[in-house]
Amino acid sequence: MTENSSAARRSVNDWLPATVVAVRSEGAGTRTLSLDVPGMRPALAGQHVDLRVTAEDGYTAQRSYSLSSPAGAVPLEVTIDRLPDGEVSPYLVDGIEVGDRLEVRGPIGLWFVWRPEQQDPVNLIAGGSGLVPLMSIVRTRATMDSPARFRLVIAAREPARDLYRDELDELELENEWLSVTRLYSRRAPVGDERGARRVDAAELASLVHPASSSPLTFICGPTAFVETVADGVAQLGHEGARIRAERFGASG
Amino acid sequence: MGVFSPGFRGSRRDEDVRIPPGQYLERGFPVLSTGATERISTADWRFTVTGAKGETRSWTWDETIAVGLETVNTDIHCVTSWSKLDTMWRGVPIDPFLDGLDADATHVMVHSYGGYTTNLPLEDLRGRAWIATEFDGAPLTPEHGGPARLLVPHLYFWKSAKWVQGLQLMPRDSPGFWERNGYHDHGDPWLEERYSSF
Repeated sequence: MTENSSAARRSVNDWLPATVVAVRSEGAGTRTLSLDVPGMRPALAGQHVDLRVTAEDGYTAQRSYSLSSPAGAVPLEVTIDRLPDGEVSPYLVDGIEVGDRLEVRGPIGLWFVWRPEQQDPVNLIAGGSGLVPLMSIVRTRATMDSPARFRLVIAAREPARDLYRDELDELELENEWLSVTRLYSRRAPVGDERGARRVDAAELASLVHPASSSPLTFICGPTAFVETVADGVAQLGHEGARIRAERFGASG
Repeated sequence: MGVFSPGFRGSRRDEDVRIPPGQYLERGFPVLSTGATERISTADWRFTVTGAKGETRSWTWDETIAVGLETVNTDIHCVTSWSKLDTMWRGVPIDPFLDGLDADATHVMVHSYGGYTTNLPLEDLRGRAWIATEFDGAPLTPEHGGPARLLVPHLYFWKSAKWVQGLQLMPRDSPGFWERNGYHDHGDPWLEERYSSF
């Protein structure tokens, strides 16, 4: 048997040993881990993986994390937000280092994914660290020729919490297919005429591709944010099956 | 092969025999859905069961409640790895809705308002499933599937379809929404039937 055929038999349900090959701070309490996972099948844009960490006495804990790297990327990347009462995220943000090992299962999910053959306009609406899987989708689009036009709306508490800021600025500058809007809820940067407030339906209507252009809309963020935004988008006449939501519930 | 993560200790707060493998204890109640929340009034709500031969029967909200609410105290398990212990629900047992319509059927497709579907073997419904209308002493909110969701607590919670609209009895198995989108056909948390292997 060749190595390829044994890799092909691995199921999404199998835990695969992985090594941390790079870490990158993304701002306070947030870090990106690059993981080398031999034998893992290529991911689609927007999928997630389960990570399992094991203490020296064999105690294990596992959580799901969205991929931030583009479809098929090797090594793959996850961006993790530290939750104050979390069991796993504090270790992944502050503890684990290059060369350390953990286990990975996946990639998982075939609904919250963007496929390169999809040519329709795309709305991406992120609340906080809900930007992570949407970044995977943007990075995937950036690697290929596609007619799909992207509108990315990022809601964050304050500018200090901006994820992937420099990279998105550059992508927007270089690519006519991408527009990025940032909305702040608690504190806006100096000179931002909008000021700091929560996003509402009227504002959404002015920012997304309209229902008449049959866009696909991906929404990811904390539950309350996704509820508000998904309701708002549905009220603008977007078909239910074209609104794809992923909610970040409490998950430590 | 042992893969240890140096320096990881864990909180050990989740060591309880009621928590299935790979799950952790959640005290909140996370919301997970595929799109926008459906909002259906009890006046408009209908529950429709279609037999394997195509015959259908429908119940209004009042007719459904009249079947008789039971209190269900149970643990629930989400495939995203959280489990919640000792949750309290009120709901109507599913069995009376199947009676007389389940000839030649082995499986059921559950249909929801908004188009969500999920499939189950008939034997996972009988005596083990409810149409739930209350959670924690209050009417079920739309975010959690109100006015009524299916409650099948012995399987991962995506089988407990929110905004339940009806059941379609089937002579053979057929995948529902998540079952076509990467998740396991059956979903037993004690066997960790999380993802489809294709």
